Amino acid sequence: MTSYEAMYQTEPFLLNAGPHHPSTHGVFRMRLTLDGEVIQDVEPIFGYLHRGVEKLAETLNYTQAIVLTDRMDYLASMSNNQAYVLSVEKLAGIKVPERAEYIRVIMAELMRIASHLMAVGFLLNDMGAFMTPVLYMFREREKIVDLFEMVCGQRLTYNYMRIGGLSHDLPEEFIPALQKLVDTMPRIIDEYDELLAENEILLARARNVGILTRESAINNSVAGPVLRGSGVKWDIRKADPYSVYDRFTFDVPIGSVGDVYDRYRVRIQEMRESTGIIQQAIKALPAQGEIQAAVSKNLRPPVGEVYGHVEGPKGELGFYLVSDNSLHPYRLHVRAPSFINLGALRELLIGVKIADASVIFGSIDICMGEVDR
Amino acid sequence: MPRMTNPAPTQEIADRLEREIPGSVAERTDQHIAVKPEALLAVASVLKNTPELDFDYLNWATAVDYSSHFMIVYNVVSLKNNLSLILKARCDNRQDPVVPSLTGLWKGANLQEREIFDLMGIRFENHPNMKRVFLWDGFTGHPLRKDFALK
Repeated sequence: MTSYEAMYQTEPFLLNAGPHHPSTHGVFRMRLTLDGEVIQDVEPIFGYLHRGVEKLAETLNYTQAIVLTDRMDYLASMSNNQAYVLSVEKLAGIKVPERAEYIRVIMAELMRIASHLMAVGFLLNDMGAFMTPVLYMFREREKIVDLFEMVCGQRLTYNYMRIGGLSHDLPEEFIPALQKLVDTMPRIIDEYDELLAENEILLARARNVGILTRESAINNSVAGPVLRGSGVKWDIRKADPYSVYDRFTFDVPIGSVGDVYDRYRVRIQEMRESTGIIQQAIKALPAQGEIQAAVSKNLRPPVGEVYGHVEGPKGELGFYLVSDNSLHPYRLHVRAPSFINLGALRELLIGVKIADASVIFGSIDICMGEVDR
Repeated sequence: MPRMTNPAPTQEIADRLEREIPGSVAERTDQHIAVKPEALLAVASVLKNTPELDFDYLNWATAVDYSSHFMIVYNVVSLKNNLSLILKARCDNRQDPVVPSLTGLWKGANLQEREIFDLMGIRFENHPNMKRVFLWDGFTGHPLRKDFALK
């Protein structure tokens, strides 16, 4: 070799991040092509947790399929339950008792707070605030999980909502415990926000990092806090009010820049809004009443198809169901927000430094159980 | 925020599509519009780029195996006009089902079309990366097809 160019020739470096890596939040692999520290290309590789939920559902009856939904986004099982039973109710024309609807809203909003706590906690973990913030978040999540355990005996896969209602009514001690939690929640959220939102390091790692423009967010079909962080005021609870959401007043927080910080901010504010919704729901909850409509154990919805959706913690969660009037769904398709939000990852990561990759990835907030299904 | 409590006016949209691309609409009900697969790309382009419709958001895409044929199902949403429309394309060829890819219009179609390819075995023409997404490359068959038996 004679010239210096030939001696110092560089070539792209291929790096496999994952499938087992603390910042991939599950079994997820990124094949990164690096030029020094800058990401030139990225290929997300997943499917390690694929269980074929959509195929399995075709072999189960409509009630049995509820357990499959628990195991998709396991940080938001209640929301998954709700989206599924709501779709089946829409398909079969079942009216849910009012008390059950209010309880469902309370559960879904508690679930949103729990899921956002994890999203924010692990995002800070990815930034290097190792374990301290996330343990605080776990402390609050624990109280919510205790409430879920109180109503259905489960702490992760609740299987609480049934077609036409709920599996159990609230126990006597539930409402006082819930009231205590939501009364302290705003102060706790403020505390976290003060600790973290003005933190110099957090701001440096989050502001103007991983910007997803409004146009790009819409074109990539992202949903939930990622879409709203990019400044799109779109929330299924407002756009297509399901359950009893049209009876509550709440705001839909949005970001302006579309960076990691905006997505973080949107989640923090959504927790405040959720607390407000729960407060209203406790006041409006009918004291007595049915929690389960009369639904046949051998439910055979009429021939047809339906798409039912809710605003899950990670974005629009929907079920497209096709019925052939048999005991099993003919086809069940899940609009999985974690999976679709991942579509924007390539655009977000190309051109950024590798140190920001895990932060940007963390700010999307995915759950592999839902991505792979 | 506007509300999408009213379903998209399929009659109005179908008439418009027929005007712009004659012979494109195969079937219309109050719930959905089915188009001929060869007209799919043109129809999607009209839906997205007509200012009065402005379907800028591809909410989800999937496929259903009806044994005799496949039905590819799209849900397109207009965030501004708050309209939601189910768009379908029928595909009769079971040996080598091919439909045009919509990734050129909505990048959100990329992963979802790969999912359909992986699990249902429908190929999307002009897709930038037509590979399996959940299952590994050596896997034979497409599990969501009705003739794929569960052990």
